Amino acid sequence: MKGEFVVIDGRSIELNGEKNLLEVARKAGIDIPTFCYHSQLSVYGACRLCIVDIEGRGVVTSCSTAPEPGMKVRTNTDEIRAIRKVAVELLLANHDQSCPTCSKSASCRLQSLARRFGIEQVRYKRVSQPQQLDKSSYSLVRDPNKCILCGDCVRACREVQGIGAIDFVGRGSHTSVQPAFGKDLKQVECVNCGLCASVCPTGAIIPKPEIEGVWKAVNDPKKKVIAQIAPAVRVAVGEMFGLAPGTIATGQIVAALRMIGFDAVYDTSFTADLTVIEEGMEFLNRKTKGERLPQFTSCCPGWVKYAEQYATDMLPNLSSCKSPQQMFGSLAKHVLPETFGISKEDLVVVSIMPCTAKKFEAKRPEFIVDGVADVDFVLTTQELGLMIEEAGLDFESIEPESMDMPFGQKTGAGVIFGATGGVTEAVLRFAAEKLGAPKYAPVEYRQVRGGEGLREATLTVNGVELKLAIVYGLGNAQKVLDDIRSGKCKYDLVEVMSCPGGCVGGAGQPVSKYGDASARRAKGLYDSDKMLDTRRSQDNAAVADTYKDTLGEVGSKLAHDLLHTKYKSRKRLSDSDMELLSGTGNKKLDVKVCVGTSCMIRGSQHLLQGLMEHIEDRRMSSCVDIKATFCFEACDLGPTVSIGGKVIRKCTMQQALDTLDEELSAMGAVAD
Amino acid sequence: MISQNVEASSLRKFEKVCQIIESNGSNPGKLIPILQQVQHEYRYLPEEVLAYVATALGIPPARVYGVATFYAHFALEPKGKYVIKLCDGTACHVKRSIPILNALRERLSLDEKRKTTQDMLFTLETVSCLGACGLAPVMVINDEVHGQMAPDTAVALVNEIIAKEGKA
Repeated sequence: MKGEFVVIDGRSIELNGEKNLLEVARKAGIDIPTFCYHSQLSVYGACRLCIVDIEGRGVVTSCSTAPEPGMKVRTNTDEIRAIRKVAVELLLANHDQSCPTCSKSASCRLQSLARRFGIEQVRYKRVSQPQQLDKSSYSLVRDPNKCILCGDCVRACREVQGIGAIDFVGRGSHTSVQPAFGKDLKQVECVNCGLCASVCPTGAIIPKPEIEGVWKAVNDPKKKVIAQIAPAVRVAVGEMFGLAPGTIATGQIVAALRMIGFDAVYDTSFTADLTVIEEGMEFLNRKTKGERLPQFTSCCPGWVKYAEQYATDMLPNLSSCKSPQQMFGSLAKHVLPETFGISKEDLVVVSIMPCTAKKFEAKRPEFIVDGVADVDFVLTTQELGLMIEEAGLDFESIEPESMDMPFGQKTGAGVIFGATGGVTEAVLRFAAEKLGAPKYAPVEYRQVRGGEGLREATLTVNGVELKLAIVYGLGNAQKVLDDIRSGKCKYDLVEVMSCPGGCVGGAGQPVSKYGDASARRAKGLYDSDKMLDTRRSQDNAAVADTYKDTLGEVGSKLAHDLLHTKYKSRKRLSDSDMELLSGTGNKKLDVKVCVGTSCMIRGSQHLLQGLMEHIEDRRMSSCVDIKATFCFEACDLGPTVSIGGKVIRKCTMQQALDTLDEELSAMGAVAD
Repeated sequence: MISQNVEASSLRKFEKVCQIIESNGSNPGKLIPILQQVQHEYRYLPEEVLAYVATALGIPPARVYGVATFYAHFALEPKGKYVIKLCDGTACHVKRSIPILNALRERLSLDEKRKTTQDMLFTLETVSCLGACGLAPVMVINDEVHGQMAPDTAVALVNEIIAKEGKA
């Protein structure tokens, strides 16, 4: 397409493979307004704001019009301006305009476009009825009253994450975006990644705030409040104060938190280093024995929940390591009460994360021991920025301070965790030495870095070949899972992160006007890594001390208790059992057959039919309740059948019928 | 004994759903015909059956729910044995379909929100056009078309059915 031009607002713009006029205009420095266009998502063409006028063709949407050489395009005619104004005015008419109290206020696109188009009054009346907010999720809040139906969240969830937890419901003026069957977000397959919130142009889906609880804790003299800061936060929070994406602001964050009232500030990179050692050893063990490969990373709580719902066959392959956030929590609650001379209940651990799924992770029951959570509060990067603002601190002029020891010590390996490929590279830096590479060998593995959502690398360390896959976006994870299952691909280690670009692109990060913000933040992390003297987790002296003083050997009982976890299959939808037969007798035998995906593949439908026929043949239908249920949460052992409370895994027809007969005769059931 | 047969039929229905999905090649592209056939079986689309269809087709339940709520043809709540569709298209509206609606609602104790009688005998809904404007105002009970209706004739039809069903 070189040498071919379109004319936009009187200026010739050379085409270079752009798929639509909107991209060409952006290249020309014209920010065409839009709600529903996202370069990573499919073209939707719903909001009608990106209209342009093409000579001889009239008004079209630029997002869905391919550029053709010689086109003459105008972007701001009177007609276009009038259409855009009316469109925004109509959206505003039905929009809950509680802007001063909306957390999206500072970055709301509806607000900024209304201002941009000079809309001074809304001439139309509101016709929609106020709807209830969905606050069920630990990570996200949905406010349907602020939804403008651009569909960005729907497409992001479906196309990037491959999930589709929310979709359009109803039609015409009654359309809304909802989870399946109008359920709450907590009851469905949402993995809490928050990509919906980060693409939402308004405040219709926002990260669930926890700021209030943190303020209460820091102002409570009885409590010792400590913070852990995730790697990706330090290269992004500055954006809320006018700094460029990627600006490293670790020292300012530490100082700001102390001024707010935190008693100690630590680094999640410290436990990232700990993760590298535990996960690295686990990986080398598996690699030596050749079992449970590929090993999947387990740092990303969105991915972990996804795997529990969609990849139950692969759960044994997930690293058993807790995420760095949870390792920090359990270690802190184990060690620090004694250090501070307080009870466990009076130690408050606050995580500062780029992530919304971390809020959910902290609430997982396995991370709450005897009623005390390992991590009490999870703030997003945005919430940290808001607290700093509320405290009235002038971020840029804060004198940087250093973290508290020992959990503030980190290496470069723990810092690059926040970028896609970072965990892999950190593990390689550890594994290489264990595999016999010289101690001072170069530590950078640039072949695992990059911006693509699915990358592969093969490298040989001291004669050992390691095949790696690095993935972000759970849709890409699904592809890798399919290839592994079909035998098409064989890997040793697979890193999965839910968010585009890894944690730096997390849904808790500040809303950026820059399309390349994630890449710039990642660069900030890699720069930070380069400037650190120690860049391999095994060289972290505080980690070594922690093993010596607290944990004992790598893989010790205590290390296992504090740093590792278990996964279990998880239902995607709650309450959706199907009653197929409910007997009329007084005493009834309860029969449940799982018809979830895994069990269906393994023949549960056949079992169900067999059971039904058998019951009818024996004329016992008044004595039996049969339900088709959706998950016994043991998908790897399907098909699963439960008869009178007896759960039979890998159930065969003979087993099912025999158990049924046994239970019926034990009950003393008689034929009709 | 009666209720047992009804229950046993839910097993049959589930088998039928499996057959429907199979006969459509478990093809997610055939979601709409699948839902039509499933609705034919149940007279509406029960939530758990929709969840099952989604699982069987490998598509998100939210997408299936979205399709089911988009089309007026699909019902998510059980309908009565007799479905009355009263036309309120332009021609029927002008020929005074609303008084018919009000009369039927009064006779059946229904309103804008409650569209199905408690005994599950009748469902009353309005449609935008039945394409029989020459017979306006038109009403269809199950598949039987009744033209040139008036409030009293419409109520008489309903009374007839009630008498036939022995529920007067």
